[in-house]
Amino acid sequence: MAFLEIDDVHKRYGDIPVLRGVSLAVAKHDVVCLIGASGSGKSTLLRCINALETIQQGQISVDGDVVSGLGVDVNRLRRNVGMVFQSYNLFPHMTVLRNVILAPVKVGGLSKAEACERALDLLDRVGMRDKADSYPDALSGGQQQRVAIVRALASDPQVLLLDEITAALDPELVGDVLEIVRELATDGLTMLLATHEMSFAREVASQVCFLDQGEILERGTPEQIFEDPHEDRTRQFLSRVLAAGRL
Amino acid sequence: MSLTSTEVGSQDARSQATPSQPVFPVAGLGLAVAVLAAVAALLALTALHRMLADPSIAVSVAVVLAAVASLLPLVPALRAFGDARRRAERLEHGSLAEARHIAANGREHAHTAMGYAAAVLIVAGLLWFVTTNDGAVSKTFLRWEFLKSSFSNVAKAFVVNVEVALGAQVLVLVFGLVLAVMRLVPGRAGRPMRWMAIVYVDTFRAIPSIIVLYLVGFGLKLAQVPVIKDLPPIWLAIIALTLTYSSYVAEVYRAGIESMHPSQWAAARSLGLSYGMTLRTVIVPQAVRRIIPPLLNDFIGLQKDTALIGVMGVTDAFTQARLSASNAFNLTPVIVVALLFVIITIPQARFVDRLILKEQRRTGR
Repeated sequence: MAFLEIDDVHKRYGDIPVLRGVSLAVAKHDVVCLIGASGSGKSTLLRCINALETIQQGQISVDGDVVSGLGVDVNRLRRNVGMVFQSYNLFPHMTVLRNVILAPVKVGGLSKAEACERALDLLDRVGMRDKADSYPDALSGGQQQRVAIVRALASDPQVLLLDEITAALDPELVGDVLEIVRELATDGLTMLLATHEMSFAREVASQVCFLDQGEILERGTPEQIFEDPHEDRTRQFLSRVLAAGRL
Repeated sequence: MSLTSTEVGSQDARSQATPSQPVFPVAGLGLAVAVLAAVAALLALTALHRMLADPSIAVSVAVVLAAVASLLPLVPALRAFGDARRRAERLEHGSLAEARHIAANGREHAHTAMGYAAAVLIVAGLLWFVTTNDGAVSKTFLRWEFLKSSFSNVAKAFVVNVEVALGAQVLVLVFGLVLAVMRLVPGRAGRPMRWMAIVYVDTFRAIPSIIVLYLVGFGLKLAQVPVIKDLPPIWLAIIALTLTYSSYVAEVYRAGIESMHPSQWAAARSLGLSYGMTLRTVIVPQAVRRIIPPLLNDFIGLQKDTALIGVMGVTDAFTQARLSASNAFNLTPVIVVALLFVIITIPQARFVDRLILKEQRRTGR
């Protein structure tokens, strides 16, 4: 059984269907990239896995435990499933360090000293240790996103969901952030990425899914999807991305 | 044909550069207003000097200085005229751009003259009001000997106002937040709580605080409510003002909490923080920073309403001042209370300004 199983998930906002029967199996240490146009349902799928959105039909399970539907301890689920957002969403009234240790101390039950030690180690890994006492608004977008990744990692999640984490960054800052994701992939962290960085997806993904209008239209290895897409819609999408110089 | 004719027309328009606006009319208006203001000020100051009867040298000097100051708007008015003349000169030489620059300066001078002259007019009007009826107005409101004799009593009683204000402000901060959070409790289960909070705010925001003070001050005593009937009256005043002002402050809190971007909720919840914990550690701390200015507004309102606690039999500064005023047949003691309220309010406003500035510097915004 796969580590993360998404089975026939349906999600509607009012009458508008956003996800229309999405199924996906993610094994441990897999890096799955979700590609597709804006509005195809990539972000919504990630938010459903984290229970930030409720689903109307289907089932999601993590490590053999069903985590969708009523009565689930969402706070425990979210400790296992970390999330990084497109617009970083750091807490502006807290220093970088306090952003990072908030969840480990308040939810994970670590002592403040332990949490700080771990947080500083992680910040060191992404080159942000000297900014531990800075406030988020004093940092560049790339620095903020690195902190956001560390904040998600600080709870020691088993899966990391990354929602277009470079989409709001200046092109020159994208590389730093992707480098961190690359390292995490090498370390064997299970990840789901919604991304527009096709060449990066090609490099790190073990599986690529092309979403179109709330469905996974095509899935396969990066080589297959990028070099030999079977579906017309996939081909059309990729050629447009290529024309825009993003591949 | 019509096409070519408009083309010719537009070419004509293009060859004409922006004309230089005339300055003389506005300069004339500025001078007229400045002269009017100076005359009004001199008349008012003469009346004042006559009223003071046998003023000290220092006072006389001050009056003369004020008279000189009232002539100051004439300076920019005359400069405007100078600019108007130089503009005409430049135009004759054909340097249009220079003429425009000078004209702009001239108009600015004329406007300055009018602005300051208007201020002089207003002050002259006030002076005239104070000196009417041979100074009866000023003597009724402000007489040095009554100011001296009533100050210590009024200031002592003012301590009661400050105590009530501080006590109520602390309680309002807590109770207002409780109400705001109650109003935002999510889900079906939270509906009764939300309704209770709405009914409370609607009710207590509507009732005039003087009526709440009256009802709490006499009603609770009359009904022999346990514990409360034994409280000193100053505590009843604090309770009454807390009841009223919590409803205002609850709405301020709610506005602050609802102004937080949903992404802050998403980020906190995605880390595994519960609803309450997210509210406590992420949402409310940020909301409070945003609402400090409107919060100060309500706090100043609360402070001022402590002048009403006399209706429940507490002797506050205003009660004391009215007592002194009726003894002296003079309102100077009441002016003393008014000044005390102003004096305690201004430092708070500056403190909040500094607080916000410091916060902005700290977080790098």
